[in-house]
Amino acid sequence: MSSGLIAPRRPGLRPDRASFAQALRAEWVKFRTVRGWVIAMIVAALITVFLGIFAAGNLSIGCQSRPNGPVLTGRACTPHFPIGPDGEAVVDSYYFAHQTLTGNGSITVRVASLTGLYSSNGKGGQNPLAGMTKGLVPWAKAGIIVTDGMRPGSAYAAVMVTGAHGVRMQDNYVHDTAGLTGQATATSPRWLRLIRSGDTITGYDSADGSHWSLVGSTVLTGLRHSVQAGLFVTSPIYTVTAQSFGSSTTHGGPSQATAAFDDISRRGTWPAKAWIGTEVGTGAASPGTGIGYVRVTPGAVTVSGSGDIAPLATGPGASGPVSVFEQPLTGLFAGLIAIVVVAAMFFTVEYRRGLIRTTLAASPRRGRVLAAKATVVGAVAFVVGLVASVLAITLGLPRQRNQGSYVLPASMLTELRVIVGTAALVAITAVMAVAIGAILRRSAAAVTAAIVVIVLPFLLAVTVLPVSVAAWVLRLTPAAGFAIEQSIPHYPQVSSVISPADGSYPLPPWGGFAVLCAWAVVALAGAYVLLRRRDA
Amino acid sequence: MEATIEVTGLRKRFGAALALDGMSFTVQPGQVTGFVGPNGAGKSTTMRVILGLDAPEAGRALVGGRPYASLPYPMRYLGSLLDAGALQPGRSARGHLLWLAFSQGLTAQRVDEVIEQAGLSTVARRRAGGFSLGMRQRLGVAAAMLGDPMILMLDEPFNGLDPEGIVWMRGFLRSLARQGRAVLVSSHLMSELEDTADHLVVVGRGRVVADTSVAALLAAAAGGRVTLRTAAVPEAVTALDRAGAAVAASGDGALTISGLPAERVITLLSQAGVPFSEVSGHRVTLEQAYLDLTREAVEFRAEPAPEVAL
Repeated sequence: MSSGLIAPRRPGLRPDRASFAQALRAEWVKFRTVRGWVIAMIVAALITVFLGIFAAGNLSIGCQSRPNGPVLTGRACTPHFPIGPDGEAVVDSYYFAHQTLTGNGSITVRVASLTGLYSSNGKGGQNPLAGMTKGLVPWAKAGIIVTDGMRPGSAYAAVMVTGAHGVRMQDNYVHDTAGLTGQATATSPRWLRLIRSGDTITGYDSADGSHWSLVGSTVLTGLRHSVQAGLFVTSPIYTVTAQSFGSSTTHGGPSQATAAFDDISRRGTWPAKAWIGTEVGTGAASPGTGIGYVRVTPGAVTVSGSGDIAPLATGPGASGPVSVFEQPLTGLFAGLIAIVVVAAMFFTVEYRRGLIRTTLAASPRRGRVLAAKATVVGAVAFVVGLVASVLAITLGLPRQRNQGSYVLPASMLTELRVIVGTAALVAITAVMAVAIGAILRRSAAAVTAAIVVIVLPFLLAVTVLPVSVAAWVLRLTPAAGFAIEQSIPHYPQVSSVISPADGSYPLPPWGGFAVLCAWAVVALAGAYVLLRRRDA
Repeated sequence: MEATIEVTGLRKRFGAALALDGMSFTVQPGQVTGFVGPNGAGKSTTMRVILGLDAPEAGRALVGGRPYASLPYPMRYLGSLLDAGALQPGRSARGHLLWLAFSQGLTAQRVDEVIEQAGLSTVARRRAGGFSLGMRQRLGVAAAMLGDPMILMLDEPFNGLDPEGIVWMRGFLRSLARQGRAVLVSSHLMSELEDTADHLVVVGRGRVVADTSVAALLAAAAGGRVTLRTAAVPEAVTALDRAGAAVAASGDGALTISGLPAERVITLLSQAGVPFSEVSGHRVTLEQAYLDLTREAVEFRAEPAPEVAL
């Protein structure tokens, strides 16, 4: 074989401009020809799926159909919640003093006072109001509402005073606009006005009854000709979360609010003369006391109610076993660790053996090598993430439901975003790990750094960190990217603790994902600069 | 494109150590150029600079008139083997060649060709981590030949080869040169390059000490000296002196004659009737010639060393 390696000269073959596609193909071959890496990726997917299924099947839900009845488990315990006009599960229970409004019209009231009671120890008992403390919960609501009907989940628009968030205009459970600040009291009452014109409802507020300002306007598509309009009061569950390092305990119970309305004027066609009092949305799905009333005196109406008109949230304050669509993705962090290790080592092993010189001699354009490596690892991680999240959710959700958990509904588009977003989260995390590998060049250091920077903040945030610290960790660190998994947004108008364990994050899904992407871009830029500047 | 490597005025330091100090030489096509010098003389650094892996502080290295990094599919111009151990242990020999081939726009067919020709067919699908150093060298050579380049650059290719492998490597390098390719081969052992190199670039302390053909180096080192052993020293000195030669007495009773070739010395002594027991041309090996050259430049020398490891 003395001269066997010499191929016949091929004068016709002119080297073309080397393209990115060639570098990409080379890096892909590098990846798939190391069996350990391929196995690690499969293991990553399996860990994610198995942990997810385990978590979904380990909810231990029990319930009783009547007090002192036998303890039931499984689907018999599944609570049922009304569905709002936008398809989300809602809480819709309040006390309503109402009349029929036919066609266009308006209602104007003065809220002279809003007072309340709450159960600080979380005990209900035979008489829920016994042993309550005086005071308003922050999101106690009293005001005027126009609703399509009194079936829970109906379309509505309302303008109201609240316990601690001033005047608000809210509609269809998820939309919330702020008006005047401050509480409604005898010395500083609030005037509220709702005008219905076709499908459009417009809300105004005033501090003196003569100077009015617009709070908001909304269109309730397909609103009936005859709607129910009137005065409502509701007051959600009072919760207190005691935080100490390593644990948080939440306790609380129902609350009740009472509002005095006067100076009531109506325009348009109001066929009835008297206010009818109706307790809307009582039953298992209601967080209220179920003790509401309306008292009419000449020139004034007092309404007392309990419950909430809001999107249903998970976590403390949720009525019953409620879980989220993305619950089966709980095990992702473990799979992510395996992926991060492979991704970082995809770069560092080349430094360990001097193989990086062969690579850069073959492809002297270093930015292209970095891009090819990041693309290959990112694409592999995306596929692994996609397979893992599809499997975990299709296998985990039925188990979750069979256990009796109510899975909060999300739109098809949201479900798609959760699944594809999870794959993207895995991909970008892997790309960042590649960049960290290129920067640090040593396997142990790079793997440690990648896990500490990416996975550890998330683990700390969902476990030991106090809620306020965890929220900042989930805003600033790459762990913010996990927000892409949330199917139910965090609504500021619902008092709920932000806890990724319950599926809520301080940043919106794409906002959190953007934070992760920004980190990845910074890491890639650092890797690019160092790779170009350093001798190989 | 001409099959040449031109290195001009390379200068580079690693911390306080000056690795390259004005390194300049040219590698010509059609011959094997030996790149020789002690460890730490800057051979590997120079090769890394040629490949665009290390950036010099001054000077430049051109491959066929262009910087290596500017070549599209550079391995089709210059094939290199820097470190045979630079392999991912878990990847097979074929996998290693495959990614290299794809990076140069070459096909899997070319990979199978070089595997066959390097004699690696039976082990091609085995993990490279289990390869002996000799097998790794073959794999490295196969990788360098993937793009069928007109320029080859091999760093210490004889390392770890068994005698049979050394013979094969010599024949292989010679055949490359015969085909008109430019071959640059580094070694810290001059003996490895005997019968292989046509041209030598001898380096020490980051610069070129000698840039010469092998034939010229040997002739210069021999210096035309002849050793004579005779019982009739005065007669011999008289006869040779008359012919214009310089004669000096060596320590062991022999005479060293310079200025006359051995045949002429024999003729002169025979004509003068001077008896002698031995006349020998001062035989210089390539290694001795090289030792003379680098005596000044050598940075670290093992003091009294029976086998001079350079």
